[in-house]
Amino acid sequence: MTYADWLREDRLPHIYCAGCGNGTVINCTLSAIDTMGWRKEETVFVSGIGCSSRAPGYIITDSLHTTHGRALAFATGIKLANPALHVVIFTGDGDLAAIGGNHFIHACRRNIDLTVVCMNNMIYGMTGGQGSPTTPTGALSTTTPYGSNEAAFDLCGLASAAGANYVARWTSYHVKELTHAVRAGLESPGFSFIEALVQCPTNYGRRNKFRQVIDQIEYFKSHALLVQKADRMREEGKEIPSDMFVIGELAKRNRPALGVQR
Amino acid sequence: MQGNTACAEGALAAGCRFFGGYPITPSTEIAEDMASRLPKMGGVFIQMEDEIASIAAVIGASWTGMRAMTATSGPGFSLMMENLGFAIMTETPCVVVNVQRGGPSTGQPTMGAQGDMLQCRFGSHGDYSVIALSPASVQEMYDLTAQAFNLADRFRVPVFLMADEIIGHMREKLIIPDSVTREERKPLTKGDLPFKASNDLIPGFPTFGKGYGVHVTGLTHDERGYPCATSPTVHEELVKRLVAKVELARDTIASSDIINPDAKTVFISYGAPARTVQQLLHDLRSNDIGHLRLKVVWPFAESLLDRFPNAESFIVPEQNMGQIAREIERHTDRSVIPVPKLGGALHSPAELAGVLENLR
Repeated sequence: MTYADWLREDRLPHIYCAGCGNGTVINCTLSAIDTMGWRKEETVFVSGIGCSSRAPGYIITDSLHTTHGRALAFATGIKLANPALHVVIFTGDGDLAAIGGNHFIHACRRNIDLTVVCMNNMIYGMTGGQGSPTTPTGALSTTTPYGSNEAAFDLCGLASAAGANYVARWTSYHVKELTHAVRAGLESPGFSFIEALVQCPTNYGRRNKFRQVIDQIEYFKSHALLVQKADRMREEGKEIPSDMFVIGELAKRNRPALGVQR
Repeated sequence: MQGNTACAEGALAAGCRFFGGYPITPSTEIAEDMASRLPKMGGVFIQMEDEIASIAAVIGASWTGMRAMTATSGPGFSLMMENLGFAIMTETPCVVVNVQRGGPSTGQPTMGAQGDMLQCRFGSHGDYSVIALSPASVQEMYDLTAQAFNLADRFRVPVFLMADEIIGHMREKLIIPDSVTREERKPLTKGDLPFKASNDLIPGFPTFGKGYGVHVTGLTHDERGYPCATSPTVHEELVKRLVAKVELARDTIASSDIINPDAKTVFISYGAPARTVQQLLHDLRSNDIGHLRLKVVWPFAESLLDRFPNAESFIVPEQNMGQIAREIERHTDRSVIPVPKLGGALHSPAELAGVLENLR
């Protein structure tokens, strides 16, 4: 089998814009799931609202496309009621960190056995490009027309601090690494959080000097700093440039987890 | 036994094995009882981070085929409204207990009220219909909770047990039946479209994990369950079916007590105020005063009004500003006299006797 065997072909074509990074993340996630040897009938996808959250509708398994921000609360009910089900959540930065922020930290605290893949495009794409909790300071959006004057959330830092067992960040450029990270998250008991930075050419890129799709992917490539290197720089007392972001496996531990099948 | 405990016991007897909730006065004893009882029965209790998450977890659990419920009061009930709309749109069976307290806002946490009777019917956005039961005794906290699960599974809607602080915290005798009737969810026939309804307007339920591969969305969806949010006809047909599956069955869902059907003056009550009416009728020992006590408030079965052919006046004591009196007025040209009571105290028999006096 391949990732394609998990797609609901009668729902295609999808709604994503040309050049969108979400398809890459869906591909990586399904590829990782395919290597797990899971059966479709024991796998459930859950999502909230936004571009990322449309993904379960294109997948052949049972899926629940819920209300804005609440996917993790719905998924908690599914997983606790039937721990035999593998529950994977697709979400985005607005869905997870703004309206769903409280559910996010509590799901991490419970360390419930869910795998969350967050497509962080740093913008509200579906509603036309408004600022989100991960919009970088200074970035332009329809609701930050003079540049965002707020600080952005570090989603992985949040997940780590709140108690998730597995936390990793990659981008739509790092396809192999992202696939491996999702696989590691699926294997890990407890709460797994995989953040994938994705380009949104329609609503982020064109307002923020990424004229071509490839420009933002190039930016991910050139500004990503592997966690091992970042650690070494800190040890050496070197400052990490403010426009760089850390990628890699950011937490891996074995806190007691909820909802793991006995 | 206390009313709230009877509610939890009724739920367990009905096979409820999932409770997701958040503490709120005056419903908290239900969560506490479920926290204590469910783990010993192989069930799941989880205290969620708020009421929004509580009803979300209940809906998620229901999709695995489990009977699931939550319990709350006014402020928590308000928070649940969006996800209740999701349950209505996705036809998810679930039971929501609202032990009502005085509102608006934080209001009177420890005092009874019936101020959420219209909210439970209309509080989420869009057009829909739901089922709401109203217990007037500890026995009914048990019986109607058990019945709520059957109605939820049969009609695939959220069913509300609209209790109040008085009934929830009251202690009186409870007779626990040897067993309660359990009506199973009609499963989806393999090969059928998941949201295509048969003649009863209710599609079979495609439990998660059984190989149906069903996509469930709060977006307007076609009979395959696929989003179809811009087609006027798909939306109109879906919403009309969601309303009709409940409203067309209102006479079969209806449950009430009818006393003195030949009377000219008739009290209509539900929940705690029914007890004052019962006391007054007991004191008067008269066949001239009738009483319609609703155990099912929504869907409102207006045919019940015709059971009192000689009635000239309907007197409606409620612990709100006349929420159900307004519904009754809509269905009759006979005189409807609301008797609103706010603040948490029950109507006294003397107050209701005064209303009768004024009619003479």
